Amino acid sequence: MKMVYFAWVRERVGTGAEEVAPPASVVTVADLLDWLAAHGGGHADAFGERERLRAAVDGAFVPLDSPLSGAAEVAIFPPVTGG
Amino acid sequence: MIRVLVQTEPFDLSAEMMRLEAEGTGGIATFTGLVRADDGVDVLELEHYPGVTERALTDLAQEATARWSLTAVSIVHRVGPMRPGERIVFVGTAAAHRAAALEACAYLIDRLKTDAPFWKRESRGGQARWVEQRTGDVDAAARWR
Repeated sequence: MKMVYFAWVRERVGTGAEEVAPPASVVTVADLLDWLAAHGGGHADAFGERERLRAAVDGAFVPLDSPLSGAAEVAIFPPVTGG
Repeated sequence: MIRVLVQTEPFDLSAEMMRLEAEGTGGIATFTGLVRADDGVDVLELEHYPGVTERALTDLAQEATARWSLTAVSIVHRVGPMRPGERIVFVGTAAAHRAAALEACAYLIDRLKTDAPFWKRESRGGQARWVEQRTGDVDAAARWR
């Protein structure tokens, strides 16, 4: 599974993209954040405040409790500020 | 016509207007967003989610086209570093009558602000900070649902 990060999430994680292989117990986007944050370092720092995070699964914006269901790409980012 | 562009280069307003006029319609409404020099901002940098951004903007343009029977929509959004006074975004809508064009234009810029993956970082004298989403923008987008 490919992870992509944007804005301050990218800066705190320390990379814009990475390949991860979560275990079967990781079912939702929130589970994935817990699993990545457990490794400590930048991920724990980036994923500390869940209410400030948004996600997209295979390009579609979804709530954090959404299932991953075989996603190829998961994006984590702050609320958007375009326009 | 649905025209969606995400680009680093500046865009030509009159060329965008002429493309909309060429669709042979009754009225055109446009919105142009410029970089503000808020509290001494000297550089505004826009980051986006390549591929997904274009798809989100195209989806919004298609929704607006269906809802207001538009004959043409153009959305041009710049990314990368910009200076105060530069154009960031252009939204243009063409329809048979003014109400549809004006409403659709407002809808598109409101929804773009909450539904398209762009992030702004402002710098003042070398000090950069990520811009926080405004609740007013969320409310503005929600009123169209």
